[in-house]
Amino acid sequence: MSTIEVEHASRWYGNVVAVNDVTMDVGPGVTGLLGPNGAGKSTLLHMMSGFLAPSIGAVRVDGVPVWHDHELYRTIGLVPERDAVYGYLTARQLAVASARLHGLPRPEEAADRALAMVELTDAADRRIDTYSKGMRQRAKVAAALVHEPEVLLLDEPFNGMDPRQRLHMMELVQTMGQEGRTVLFSSHILEEVERVAEHIQVIIAGRLAASGDFREIRRLMTDRPHVFTIRSSDDRRLATALIADRSTTSVEVGGEGLRVLAADFGRFTWLVPRVARDLTVRLREVRPADESLESVFSYLVTQ
Amino acid sequence: MNGVIAGITLRGMLGRRRALLLILLPLTLLVLAVAISLFVHGPTRSSAAAVLLDRFGLGTLLPLVALIVTTGVLGTEIDDGSIVFLLSKPISRPVILNTKLAIAIGLSIVFAAVPVLIAGLVMVGGAEGIAVGFGIGALAGVVAYSAIFLLINVLTRHAVVAGLLYALVWESLVGGFVPGARELSVQQWALSLANWVMSTTYVPSDVAPMAALGLLAAATVAAAVFAGQRLRSLTIAGES
Repeated sequence: MSTIEVEHASRWYGNVVAVNDVTMDVGPGVTGLLGPNGAGKSTLLHMMSGFLAPSIGAVRVDGVPVWHDHELYRTIGLVPERDAVYGYLTARQLAVASARLHGLPRPEEAADRALAMVELTDAADRRIDTYSKGMRQRAKVAAALVHEPEVLLLDEPFNGMDPRQRLHMMELVQTMGQEGRTVLFSSHILEEVERVAEHIQVIIAGRLAASGDFREIRRLMTDRPHVFTIRSSDDRRLATALIADRSTTSVEVGGEGLRVLAADFGRFTWLVPRVARDLTVRLREVRPADESLESVFSYLVTQ
Repeated sequence: MNGVIAGITLRGMLGRRRALLLILLPLTLLVLAVAISLFVHGPTRSSAAAVLLDRFGLGTLLPLVALIVTTGVLGTEIDDGSIVFLLSKPISRPVILNTKLAIAIGLSIVFAAVPVLIAGLVMVGGAEGIAVGFGIGALAGVVAYSAIFLLINVLTRHAVVAGLLYALVWESLVGGFVPGARELSVQQWALSLANWVMSTTYVPSDVAPMAALGLLAAATVAAAVFAGQRLRSLTIAGES
């Protein structure tokens, strides 16, 4: 059982702050590090994996500072985002080399086990530069798993995988978490995090925007005020009826139709078709206006 | 030294197009050496041999081969991020660097120092210790060049440009005009060792042999130690 402790850690490059005063504890189980591209996820992961020193603050694994401590890699397995691996090696050679570098007693067996875990046994004797992106990713994961690390850090692990590979990798990550390992992966895709992670850390513009249990954050996300654009055969009559209901906070009538702020997502989506039917108003378009991940994130920041 | 790292590094070096360039450079020296042995006769041959071995051997072949080799064993890995595989293992960074240095020195000996010796033998045989002298000078030179260029590869992503600037501008150009700069030049140190072994001096050196030996050793050790330390603090910048 291992814990990653991040304590008031910041990292800046010149005038640019990449990670801003982040404090979090990552314990056993699967934690998703969610945030839009450029939010500072990679910077944070690099600090956790000893490839970047925090400008101020501390990053520790089980109380030991990560920076400048190569012995810590006995505990940590790292799967970097960048695709580069030694393409002239086969996946088996890479995994065996990894096992040898870790000083494992039976490197071939450890490599075989890791390759089986990522389902790469059949292709293990082909050169890595003949692999697809997803296979390369699995070869990197196998190399990171040979020593069965207590802490596994994965930077955007599902990128570039086809749906089947993605599903398998998700199961693998979940299994690692269920075994009591501390697994942290970064992603900019909400659904990935939702499917795999028990805990979630949301990072936006370098700051920790939300953290905790996924269901709690999901509820916050669903319960937030939603903005809809509605176009219909009679916008004004529809507006009058909608504002009369408590699920609607405000309605704006404009040239492009109605802009409705709904406080209660569930009730509002139930309400609209019924009101329209009763008024015999024809609905032409009902569109959520702000469903992008960024708007979900920016809402979370204010909570 | 770490055998696994050495194996991976060596494989990466020999399988690539880089190897072709590594063969072309010494081949050019050997072709020139054969030309001199065929067309230059009499007492001028020894001085022609010495000038070729100094200018093209020590002055061009050595730094270019060392630069190509060190960029291959370390620079490209840092550049494309594949070095993370080695750096995320429980192995001290100086050990990783020293292993890479040993491989770089070994390859540079094969592709630069040994060709210098052979070229010398082709031109003048064992006469006046020219071949052995330049061979020893080249051996010491590649060791120092490898350590210095490996350090440059750790320090900057533009190692090839920085290395070329050092080898061509500092050693050749500045050294040509500013006598003081010649005292801080790997080529001069290597030449000084070569002259020490030879019975006749054809191309004089500005540095005394003992000083040259000391400076070569100091530069090598300092560069290797500093590079090991810098590799400990190597940061992998984020994508964004």
